[in-house]
Amino acid sequence: MTLVFSLFLLTMLVIVAVAIVNSVNLFSAVMLSGIFSLLMAVNFFVLDAADVALTEAAVGAGVATVLFLGALALTGEREQERPPAQWLPLVIATATGGLLIYATFGNPVLGDPQAPIHLHVAPWYLENTPRLIDIPNVVTAILGSFRGFDTLGEVFVVFTAGIGVLSILGVRHTLVEITATELDARQRSLRHHLIPRVVGRGMVPFILLFALYVQFHGEYSPGGGFQAGAIAAASIILYSLLEGDDRGRELVPEWLLRLMLAGGAFLFGAVGVVCMLLGGNFLDYDVLSSVPSEGQHLGLLLIELGVGITVSGVLLTVFHAFARRASR
Amino acid sequence: MEILALYNYWVFAILLLIGLYAVIAKVNLVKRMIGLSIFQAAVFLLYISMDKVEGGTAPIFRSDVVGAVYSNPLPQVLILTAIVVGIATTALGLAVVVRIREEYGTVEEDKIKELDSDS
Repeated sequence: MTLVFSLFLLTMLVIVAVAIVNSVNLFSAVMLSGIFSLLMAVNFFVLDAADVALTEAAVGAGVATVLFLGALALTGEREQERPPAQWLPLVIATATGGLLIYATFGNPVLGDPQAPIHLHVAPWYLENTPRLIDIPNVVTAILGSFRGFDTLGEVFVVFTAGIGVLSILGVRHTLVEITATELDARQRSLRHHLIPRVVGRGMVPFILLFALYVQFHGEYSPGGGFQAGAIAAASIILYSLLEGDDRGRELVPEWLLRLMLAGGAFLFGAVGVVCMLLGGNFLDYDVLSSVPSEGQHLGLLLIELGVGITVSGVLLTVFHAFARRASR
Repeated sequence: MEILALYNYWVFAILLLIGLYAVIAKVNLVKRMIGLSIFQAAVFLLYISMDKVEGGTAPIFRSDVVGAVYSNPLPQVLILTAIVVGIATTALGLAVVVRIREEYGTVEEDKIKELDSDS
């Protein structure tokens, strides 16, 4: 049964991807890519990757779609018509795909427990997580503790991308003078649509609550800072879409966003430095408490919080940067 | 059955092919960014397909289950962070596209090249 289901999902993925590339209307391409992400998330879930599925659903289907729509509002919805097939790219892409398919015949079959990937490091993590970290979610344990240094790097990449968007779609342009009525007309958004507004308003607090649950329960169930950050950002973005970008920025003001952007990454790094000051290695949480596993719990909680704050800060900053351009 | 065991990897290859085609052949820059995200998603699928262990479950321990088989957590960690980094870099790319549109008035690459060669 699961096999049939996953075959169906994978085939749908290919169909949707072809439809995305084929569509001339970019709006429908973006909507289809939202569907693509959702299918991908279900696929990840079928493949036992609950944490990844949660991330993909929040980021791919939620935030990415809004960002692409924000960009479309600024660049135009229609792609120029072109002659249907371009042969050289088709040949190159097909050759690459053909080579990859040829290579798959050397792969271990799906789910083979003797595949090389399952024999090297992973068993060690599965065996030692209960003893060293004492939390049920092994993914969070590896992410935050065993490979905390990697994650710190990722957070800084996200942070840098946020800074990059800010410097490209600069802050200066907010100072363009427009009258209050004009501003209102441009930013009316969904305010005059009663049903989305009422329903959406009811959903915002619950999405935020779910984000907090995902954030602080990440050690025990699928979740953690990355997912929670994306979900929290999605709830504020929904609020901004419903009430207008200006209201959204009143709710989470600019200075707070800046603080979140840098503060989360700083918190993560600071935990590492505190570990060093207490006599351990960088990001070695054992020393944070007299009982090593409790130190690990505390460290994980703090760095996940840092991750969540930075991720939601960056996503919101990016959203506002696009929305502000559109309403200019 | 034996053949279907590689189906995930074939879908990975086909999605990669589609994404690569979109990145090379499409002239519209927004469309290219979408193609790039399909390409990216294909790679995510490859990694997550590798983590599956037959009869396994998500790598979250449960005290009431003894002797459960868990799937490999390591690729999941890699891809989880990669997804978020992916959206951040996509946003950066889109920001560049928006700036290009403001400077050139178009996001079609051939027109941008024309404008460049004219000046």
